[in-house]
Amino acid sequence: MTTDLIRLTAARTAAVVASGEASAVEVAQAHLDRIAAVDGRVHAFLHVDTEGALAAAAVVDARRAAGEALAPLAGVPLALKDVMTQKGIPTTCGSRILEGWRPPYDATVTARLKEAGVVILGKTNMDEFAMGSSTEHSAYGPTHNPWDLERIPGGSGGGSAAAVAAFEAPIAIGTDTGGSIRQPAAVTGTVGVKPTYGAVSRYGLVALASSLDQAGPCARTVLDTALLHATIAGHDPLDSTSAPVPVPDVVAAALRADVRGMRIGVVKELGGEGYQPGVRHRFDEAVEILTELGAEVVEVSCPHFPYALAAYYLILPSECSSNLAKFDGMRFGLRVGEDDGSPSVEQVMGRTRAAGFGDETIRRIMLGTYALSAGYYDAYYGSAQKVRTLITRDFAAAFEQVDVLVSPTAPTTAFKLGEKLDDPLAMYLNDIATIPANLAGTPGMSLPVGLAPEDGLPVGLQIMAPAMADDRLYNVGAALEAALLDRWGHPILEEAPSL
Amino acid sequence: MSTHTAETVVPYDDVVARFDPVLGLEVHVELGTATKMFCGCPTEFGAPPNTQVCPTCLGLPGSLPVVNAIGVESAIRIGLALNCQIAEWCRFARKNYFYPDMPKNFQTSQYDEPICFDGHLDVDVETDEGVLTFRVGIERAHMEEDTGKTSHQGGATGRIHGADYSLVDYNRAGIPLIEIVTKPLEGTGKYAPEVAKAYVAALREILRGLGVSDVKMEQGSLRCDANVSLRLSPADRLGTRTETKNVNSLRSVERAVRYEMTRQAAVLDAGGRVVQETRHWHEDTGVTTSGREKSDAEDYRYFPEPDLVPIAPSREWVEQLRATLPENPAVRQARLIADWGITPFEMASVVNAGALDLVEQTVAAGADQSAARKWWTGELARIANEREVELADLAITPVDVARVEALVGEGALNDKLARQVIEGVLAGEGSPDDVVASRGLAVVSDDGPLLAAIDEALAAQPDVAEKIRGGKVAAAGAIVGAVMKATRGQADAGRVRALLLERLGVSE
Repeated sequence: MTTDLIRLTAARTAAVVASGEASAVEVAQAHLDRIAAVDGRVHAFLHVDTEGALAAAAVVDARRAAGEALAPLAGVPLALKDVMTQKGIPTTCGSRILEGWRPPYDATVTARLKEAGVVILGKTNMDEFAMGSSTEHSAYGPTHNPWDLERIPGGSGGGSAAAVAAFEAPIAIGTDTGGSIRQPAAVTGTVGVKPTYGAVSRYGLVALASSLDQAGPCARTVLDTALLHATIAGHDPLDSTSAPVPVPDVVAAALRADVRGMRIGVVKELGGEGYQPGVRHRFDEAVEILTELGAEVVEVSCPHFPYALAAYYLILPSECSSNLAKFDGMRFGLRVGEDDGSPSVEQVMGRTRAAGFGDETIRRIMLGTYALSAGYYDAYYGSAQKVRTLITRDFAAAFEQVDVLVSPTAPTTAFKLGEKLDDPLAMYLNDIATIPANLAGTPGMSLPVGLAPEDGLPVGLQIMAPAMADDRLYNVGAALEAALLDRWGHPILEEAPSL
Repeated sequence: MSTHTAETVVPYDDVVARFDPVLGLEVHVELGTATKMFCGCPTEFGAPPNTQVCPTCLGLPGSLPVVNAIGVESAIRIGLALNCQIAEWCRFARKNYFYPDMPKNFQTSQYDEPICFDGHLDVDVETDEGVLTFRVGIERAHMEEDTGKTSHQGGATGRIHGADYSLVDYNRAGIPLIEIVTKPLEGTGKYAPEVAKAYVAALREILRGLGVSDVKMEQGSLRCDANVSLRLSPADRLGTRTETKNVNSLRSVERAVRYEMTRQAAVLDAGGRVVQETRHWHEDTGVTTSGREKSDAEDYRYFPEPDLVPIAPSREWVEQLRATLPENPAVRQARLIADWGITPFEMASVVNAGALDLVEQTVAAGADQSAARKWWTGELARIANEREVELADLAITPVDVARVEALVGEGALNDKLARQVIEGVLAGEGSPDDVVASRGLAVVSDDGPLLAAIDEALAAQPDVAEKIRGGKVAAAGAIVGAVMKATRGQADAGRVRALLLERLGVSE
């Protein structure tokens, strides 16, 4: 039974708990056992909250016993990216500088999960402060891809994606600033969604780049992703940038799964040179399936997308340099060198930051500090914001012609650990297809469309929709998922080697 | 405490004879909102350290700001009262710098898109040429948050240098501030210090009238930074300025500007150059000392605050706020000048003493306007100044003052006794009537004891008595003085004089 419980979808797990086939505590324990068995090799988790998870599960069981109505994901275990605060639970953001910090408050996402009876198993590994595409920039060591432990699970949310792919949790929370939900989903054969900017509250999400960050769901199926999306989304008065509009019915859309009559645009600028042949092959195949399902597929040009990466690497470091200024050893987290001589405040701040931040973090803080400096602001931050506007207009023009856009999610399948660690630019290129949606604030989904013939590793397809039309992602994604499942005869993760 | 000695200075008259001063005043006003600018924490003054804090105002990881709507409304009302334009669309910006009292190591402020801009305020200054009106241009008024408060422990000076450690209280962090910045204020000539003081006084009246702040300079809810520069002639380019901080009373505004002018003149006379820097005002020694050097190269890396959405006040809202502004202080003053039959000069004294509300309330409580003005701008202003508190914070109400004045009018108190009654009220001894009763302060109105005292005085000074009898009425003062002394001031001097003359059979 235990093995079976970890392989269930979230939707099925909730049904099993609701019907009493298995208790929430049993479900939680099955996942905790799985974590104990495999996480030594995968390293998806930075912290496992065994006690808290079992207690939360017991509350769900008690509610059920009392005849209370349960929310759609009640009793379903979840892995929470370590960038989201959870009261009393260590939150490190993958950084040494936050080691030992236990936030005194819940993020809005965390609070909504708790409210819905979701059982939080623990906090997942990530690139430090969500900067990276491989989880190798975590101060606590990398996460390994369950498909091949020698390979990266993507990043920054590699821990969340790997936890889902390794059956350590059916669902997980990620955050996506430039692709940190979608790219890990692509390289681990899972589903990940970056909702519309403002759809999910950022309160309690430790900011990397405030205007780009967006939390979202990770799961093994489109429907599970939709259920989690519906649980966490919605206006939050604690986040001024949260949109005061109703959440589109993403669950209904995932159940509809019908693309007949829809117009789907293939982005001309995403998918050419630099994309692995197997990635392009599986992508083309999926587009063909969409046509067969009754969608009209056309090529659409987004002429400014080639400038997205450059603009992103000015806006992100700029905001990040300011957001990360608070980590100074004064109020929380690490403090270094206060007993060494009689240092000034500035010296303690400097020592703490030098010791507490990793190389990639320091690199981006320096880039951002430079880009915002007097005399450079207009040339860098100012120009980048103009490019951002042009990209938003590209999307707007494209969505006049089509209902959704598609592209490969990432240019390659999972690469080897260490392969790109010394080449930041090569690392940055992983997000070339995902970044435009962050700049425009529009939603995007990655779902698995097969294995690249040359390396047998998962390939992700990205669907992009207009702002606040997140439901379209789920409709198209679910239709494609169903057709692929028919073709394969089983979920793609069954192809993964057993751990 | 402080041992700062004055640098070489040039006599003030000499400075203004040879130099043209240019001022710039930056006033920070703490708004009296119930909650902070970007979170729901209370703003009450004087709570135990770090008890009015939350993840947002502590800048904890993951926290986010939400704009206080009352803060925005107050900013707009201030802007309207200062004849400013109100932006149709504006944003907050981050001002980045590291300091432990700044929880996020950036201040959420406004930069190139202030909510209010391009206004003016006319201020009247009493001069020996009569009352002169100066128009002070308002460059901008913008919203921002206050920092926490650092106190340096150990060491001799209470300053960071030499301190053993420092404590930070974040209760103040996130309190809404409006920063009001003037345009360069030129053409004030020798009146520069008075104009500076009158501007801050007039601004304080406006803010008080709007009810947006308690404008207590000594508690820091109204703080003024004075920028001063000198040039040889109005035709020259602006000179290098210094920014003097810690100017915490109206009087200090005037003194600090005056001191900086005399100090800068000495630097320039010696062939030196004025350093662009922050200077600290020392109330006790009356000098400024160098703080940190503030070059234009100081780089706050401002950029639009991505955690907040832009503010776009609708024109309808702005007009609604404009329609409900209280009477403009200038209009009100003109009205009271007419009602009371006083001169603009006299009105300026009342306003500059921060006494207008108090005088008006005292008149409303039945006192004569001239008596009300006399008490508040005279005796009470002196006491407030001595105690370094605001006039309004003295433990005496306009009703008390009106009652004291009524007792004087009835002849129950003379001027000297009235002062003692006020002293008693301020000392917490109760109402004026309570003080009169408990201290036994009443004019001796029974003629019997007075006549006895007069006879005694005449007997003691027979020569004076002779002079008066001989028609030298002016000599009566000596006898009256002796009687007043004998009755410990409790006699009505006028009555003593009348009785004395009657006694000696002399008429005025």
